[in-house]
Amino acid sequence: MPVTTLAGRDLHVDEEGFLTEYDEWDEELAKVLAANIGIDLTDAHMRVIHFLRDDYRATGQTPTLRRCTNAGGFATKELFDLFPKKPAKKMSYIAGLTKPVGCV
Amino acid sequence: MTELLTKTPPIPSFDDEAETQRKLCLICSKGSLDMAYPGLILANAALGEGVETHIFFTFWGFDIINKKTMNNLKFTAVGNPATHMPNMVMGLPGMTAVATHMMKKQIEGIDVPEVPEFLDLITGAGGHLWACRMSADMMHLGKDDLYDGVEGIINASEFIELSEGAQVIFV
Repeated sequence: MPVTTLAGRDLHVDEEGFLTEYDEWDEELAKVLAANIGIDLTDAHMRVIHFLRDDYRATGQTPTLRRCTNAGGFATKELFDLFPKKPAKKMSYIAGLTKPVGCV
Repeated sequence: MTELLTKTPPIPSFDDEAETQRKLCLICSKGSLDMAYPGLILANAALGEGVETHIFFTFWGFDIINKKTMNNLKFTAVGNPATHMPNMVMGLPGMTAVATHMMKKQIEGIDVPEVPEFLDLITGAGGHLWACRMSADMMHLGKDDLYDGVEGIINASEFIELSEGAQVIFV
């Protein structure tokens, strides 16, 4: 498990750069992670990110896009607008979670 | 656990040039419940990866986008040895309903949407749906009979034009 330094702190990440330790994340770090992939975080982004974090804490899994629309109440289109092209992966990266495992 | 200290944090490459130019065309030619899903799941996954995605519905695949049948696709175990059920039994009256009910419950159990909702998901994610001209003519169906997200009824040549440079998967 590589350890890297981002925003002045040591972080555990996987080979691609996704955080692997739930508790190493906070909102400040989210801004840095988002900037890394060219996203300027707004309140709309943060609502989604917080849903991901809460759902992960509750279920132990990163929610899939389908779960974000179903359980989180976010429209698919909104997610594609906020996190263009690869919403599921971009969202989990910014939320400091691993990629979702489910197919749908 | 050996810990490797990397100076530069790895950043996932989400917008790799080559990947964003990828294009996928799926041909859905079957109308049974079990054969509707592979195309829809792949389309949805491709869209989630930023791949331009088109689905062409032809012949029995029309049942997936026909407003009259899309809510009511069926599954039969007859002639499908992978179900490991005797054909004689599965061919009895009412068994298709039983098999369909069981499959729908399994699909719902893993939080995968029913067909119409799946189409909503795909069009919401920017996927393109096309209906086959010949099938529409054969079945006497017009655009109004089809799922609202279907962009048009196109012929085989138009599909060939549309799929230029795309990876094509026939289901």
